[in-house]
Amino acid sequence: MMECCKIKEVLNGFLSLLTGMKITLGNMFIKPQTVQWPRQEAPLPARFRGHIMMLANDATGFPMCIACTSCARNCPSQCITVTGKKPEGAKRKMTNKFELDFTKCSLCGLCVEVCPVNALDFSRDYALASYTHHDFNRMNLLESLDSPFTAN
Amino acid sequence: MNISLVSVICYLLGIAALVGLNAVILVWLERKVAGHMQFRYGPMEVGPHGILQTLADGIKLVSKQLLIPDNADKPLFLLAPIVSLVPIFAAMIPIPFTETIQVWELNIGLLLIIALGLLNTLGILLAGWGSNNKYALLGGSRAVAQILAYKIPLLICIMTIIMMSGSYSLRDIALAQKDGWNILYQPVLFIVYIIAITLETNRSPFDFSEAESELVAGFHTEYSGMGFSLFFLAEYSYMLIAAALASILFLGGWQGPFLPGLAWTLIKTYGIICLMMWFRWTFPRVRIDQMLSFGWKVLLPISLINFLITAGVLAL
Repeated sequence: MMECCKIKEVLNGFLSLLTGMKITLGNMFIKPQTVQWPRQEAPLPARFRGHIMMLANDATGFPMCIACTSCARNCPSQCITVTGKKPEGAKRKMTNKFELDFTKCSLCGLCVEVCPVNALDFSRDYALASYTHHDFNRMNLLESLDSPFTAN
Repeated sequence: MNISLVSVICYLLGIAALVGLNAVILVWLERKVAGHMQFRYGPMEVGPHGILQTLADGIKLVSKQLLIPDNADKPLFLLAPIVSLVPIFAAMIPIPFTETIQVWELNIGLLLIIALGLLNTLGILLAGWGSNNKYALLGGSRAVAQILAYKIPLLICIMTIIMMSGSYSLRDIALAQKDGWNILYQPVLFIVYIIAITLETNRSPFDFSEAESELVAGFHTEYSGMGFSLFFLAEYSYMLIAAALASILFLGGWQGPFLPGLAWTLIKTYGIICLMMWFRWTFPRVRIDQMLSFGWKVLLPISLINFLITAGVLAL
């Protein structure tokens, strides 16, 4: 009787080994999940939060920011510095300096939420690396946009 | 019997090339198989699909310093990788890769391979003893402890095959399977043999003498650079020998339809090696006492019963 149980145990064990091998063989034919960075881009989630960026007015190409400083005042880490003035002949103030201290930013998104003209958004820029924090503690977010001040 | 110096040199060069190429391909293949079984790619950077990765690793290993621990037994420490590797050169002599490609037809070829295969364990024991490291010593002593548990079933397997074909010569054994491969008559024995060679080549799930999660790296804990890579080379070469032996003993060696002999040998040998890789990346390591009781209580009775039945059938 004991021997019978023993043989059954061995056979069951053998079958379970075959099941395991079937699973790993199946895995061989599933496409690997690896993203071949940097030759492939990682798929980002739709609401990915990169560092904040300034949005431009589609018509003029100038930043939409009116330099109200709501973002700077709402920032819990005080990492935004924004100043503005009126360009010649314009009705509203426009920003001439918008700096982000990304070393302090916690990506909470309060600045994006509070902006009255929706001039701020999260970028999808995640490949940030540098040898010094000086590259990130005074990021000039106006760099990529046209400026009404330098144009004149 | 006249052996010229030229043919000996040709043989040594040929085997060195085979051993090196085999290790380069197998290490790459192993990493690829491991990767794809875990939804990864494995090496991709050096060469197309990382095929040259092992070569780059080899160059790195050659350029590394060979460290010798302070209180190590220096002669033994340096001798161990060589003891592990050199028997391979002799063990490949009687293997018939095809009917014509064979270094030397020996009428006791099978015995020679079995005897030389044991020297690998000696190399592991020397490494464990010479390293002056408790993990290495544990790994080395484990290799010796498990040897009886798998060698006896393995030898009974081989004895059964010898009984069926009536010869110790690998070539005769292969030729005896002209009408039907031994695996058709002895499927259980084939499984026992595969388990035994997995044990013999120290591969997971029976890699007790290395056992990363228990013994750091087991017997080669203290080895670096070429010492380490010689052990690596030896491991993959023993895999090649064990798989080639399996293909000759059970799968009819070079014989098969349509394709030329060498192609069949390669397909069968590397198929069995892939099977061993498949084991490694599927099964977790068992404990040493589980393995020993498995060897003595399961493998040995199965192979003995199989042996007796075969003997009875042959006698009828």
